[in-house]
Amino acid sequence: MMYAHMEDIIIIGGGAIGAFIARNLSRYQLNVLVLEKENDVGDATSMANSAIVHSGYDPVPGTKKARFNVEGNALFPSVCEELDVEFEQCGSMTLATEEKQLQTLKELEQRGKDNGVVTRLLSRAEVLRLEPNVSPDVKGALLCPTAGIVNPFTLVAHAFENALDNGVKLSLGEEVLAIEKRDGSFVLKTNKGQREAKIVINAAGVKSEEVTKMVEPVDWTVNPRKGEYYVLDHYAPGLVNHVLFPLPSEKGKGVLVTHTTSGNYLVGPSSEWVEDKDDHSTDSETLSNVKAQASLMVPNIPFREQIRVFAGVRATPSTHDFIIEPAKTAPNFILCAGIESPGLVSSPAIGRYVVEELVRPLIPLVPKANYQPCVKKYVRFSALTEEQKEALVEQNPHFGEVICNCEKVTLGEIEDVLSRSLPCLTIKAVKKRTRAGFGKCQGGFCQPKVLLLLAKKLGVSPLEVLYDRAGSNILRKESK
Amino acid sequence: MMATRDLVIIGGGSAGMAAAISAYDEGVKDIVILERSPYLGGILNQCIHNGFGLQYFKEELTGPEFLTRFVVEVQKRGIEVKLNANVTAISKDKTVTYVSPEGAGVIEAKSIVLATGCYERSAGSIGIPGERPSGVITAGQAQLYLNEYGYLVGKKVFILGSGDIGLIMARRMTLEGAQVLGVAELMPYSNGLNRNIQQCLIDFGIPLYLSHTVTKVIGKGKLEAIEISQVDGSLKPIPGTEKRFDVDTLLLSVGLVPNNDLLDKIGVPISPTRGSKVNEHMETELDGVFSCGNVLHVHDLVDYVVEEGHQAGKSAAAYLQGRLPRHEDVLYTQAGNGVGYVVPACIDLHNADGKVAIKFRVRRPAKEVYVEYRIGETLIKRMYKPAIIPSEMEIVSLDKASLQGEGPLTVSLVAKEVK
Repeated sequence: MMYAHMEDIIIIGGGAIGAFIARNLSRYQLNVLVLEKENDVGDATSMANSAIVHSGYDPVPGTKKARFNVEGNALFPSVCEELDVEFEQCGSMTLATEEKQLQTLKELEQRGKDNGVVTRLLSRAEVLRLEPNVSPDVKGALLCPTAGIVNPFTLVAHAFENALDNGVKLSLGEEVLAIEKRDGSFVLKTNKGQREAKIVINAAGVKSEEVTKMVEPVDWTVNPRKGEYYVLDHYAPGLVNHVLFPLPSEKGKGVLVTHTTSGNYLVGPSSEWVEDKDDHSTDSETLSNVKAQASLMVPNIPFREQIRVFAGVRATPSTHDFIIEPAKTAPNFILCAGIESPGLVSSPAIGRYVVEELVRPLIPLVPKANYQPCVKKYVRFSALTEEQKEALVEQNPHFGEVICNCEKVTLGEIEDVLSRSLPCLTIKAVKKRTRAGFGKCQGGFCQPKVLLLLAKKLGVSPLEVLYDRAGSNILRKESK
Repeated sequence: MMATRDLVIIGGGSAGMAAAISAYDEGVKDIVILERSPYLGGILNQCIHNGFGLQYFKEELTGPEFLTRFVVEVQKRGIEVKLNANVTAISKDKTVTYVSPEGAGVIEAKSIVLATGCYERSAGSIGIPGERPSGVITAGQAQLYLNEYGYLVGKKVFILGSGDIGLIMARRMTLEGAQVLGVAELMPYSNGLNRNIQQCLIDFGIPLYLSHTVTKVIGKGKLEAIEISQVDGSLKPIPGTEKRFDVDTLLLSVGLVPNNDLLDKIGVPISPTRGSKVNEHMETELDGVFSCGNVLHVHDLVDYVVEEGHQAGKSAAAYLQGRLPRHEDVLYTQAGNGVGYVVPACIDLHNADGKVAIKFRVRRPAKEVYVEYRIGETLIKRMYKPAIIPSEMEIVSLDKASLQGEGPLTVSLVAKEVK
């Protein structure tokens, strides 16, 4: 199939970086198309990470990581307000568990100062007062009040929804296979046909190296580095009140213990180099090591509340820094490669930078008169007061029909996400948008209901409804 | 809208219906059952196989037949039932908050029976190694899809765990034309009822791999294969024993957990069963709040769930009628050697008449053992068991009058002396 239409800009990759580039571009009078190879946005690295809004004390001063982390952190409150995303500025603590680490904390405090991040050294007593469940062996900590936690699923989805509301187009399940440079444009061969654009932005995450190589050779690599995690169920709040980190090492920020915006606890990640960029497997040995590491900081983590384990793959660049620049031989091809941690927190700042600094010289940016920075507010039924619930159910009885028992997600909320501008095509997409299936039974009771709602909405047989990728149908045949 | 009720029963499955019937028959008329589904009966609705009721009705019924008998009794008494009513919270002062398409509501209850059943342990909770493709599904969910929605989840199936739902589904899916390649059980013994091993596996030639577990889930997006390995005495996989099965479905039957959220959230103490601690009246540590059925501890037979429901209903009636005073000095129970848990967690001996039912499960199978009931060093009762297995709940009735002395009451297994 030929596309007669020439796009102004094609973004390759529907993760957090693609989302915020798309959203920033949607302010302007441009034809923008996003290509995502998975069946949902935010379905790879942006989905499987620690979901931390890092303060920015940790990256080496002067790097892109330091710059975009700090800028991104400052943007988070307003971005999450506009996009109606769950965000909590709970602060982080980096813990010293040995005397000799106290010196390192001081160095990190200085690094924070160099990066323009407010931090404060805490004594052992202060740590234990703020975090009573931390190991009594703790020696001190570096407190970063601006750090926080975010719902990474709605962050990416709502940023895309906002971009789509403002005219950006999105094609899911479309993978770029080859790129041909032409005079003044690029032709992209995809699994669905051919696309053409004046400007291409490579936000392909772990695959950003491969996509760049479709245009020019590179002298760097993006190497998959896997991290495995535990998710614990809602538990009496207060196990930890801040994001707790050990001292960072060459292998990353180490195993953290944090609560999440939904009241769960997250413990991880490990750090392992893998060959396969699509390796999301977990293994018992790595996870028990994660458990041991975490227990050094918080000895009594209730692991019996475990409801899920998962692995994410970081896009670690050989350059040790984000690669955000035009291609050497093709100025209209913009790279956002090797965006590993702190990529999520950096994404709003990277989106702004790419558009205002890298795209602006290439194409006129004429603001749209009717640009709308906010998404339509979401109903989170379980967070409402009893009076609000009563009023809402009165107005729409579907908000009184609980679909997911564990997370108390209602039919009304699921119908809402199915009717938004951002396509919601799979059971996993519904799960990421609404939390239906996120609880302790992991969809045991609600998945059939969600599946039937999707079949009805998409106008397909229940047999055709996918969990996530092509072939991931839940049902195989009708019963006898 | 605030209402008041003498008794609110949360959950309209077999335990909840039995509690309602008994409370009504003991004179409590102001009862409401809040049921989250559009129908009464709970999980029995999807259990279309037979084998229910042998103890209680002395005949063999299917799940729907069994539950219907209770629905009829509830209806006969005119007990109010609110369907599609999902309880979101209960408070320590017994305020019940629920939501339904007819409206959100708050009820000030004078007493509550919690009968919210249990849920299945998932792949996530046991952290099966490997990828997380679709096709890894709990046995109960596969049963729900098949028996209530009319769809088969797979054609080539392997089953992890020999719990009863998995065994039932091995037979059910085979009858639907699926090929069930085997069942792996981590322990050196089966966790299902013997009759299910015979009728669902042996009769269909499905192999049971004892001391085996799934060591790898293979497949991106959709399940392609699984690898199982033998485990050693400490349940660790033994390298070199891997076997691969190309399957599109891995069913999990790896345990059930009481769905005790509502009480957990308000900090009511729990027992090793993951249900609340109760006394012999099924009363939790909150006055007038009772727990019964699978939310208290996972039962092997629904017949015993029903009996526990009846007991909770009678106790709620006694509470409402001022016949159930609570005393501080109780006799605590505890699980001793070889025993996993004991229900109830404590016994009130102020009224030392009558009997008390002690329920427990052993940790692992044993042969030729004594079950001993001791208070301190004093032996209260000793019973010989030629064989005892974890998949069967044990129930023993003790005379309250015999329970004298400083607690706790310990239930333990003792090997038979070698002569």
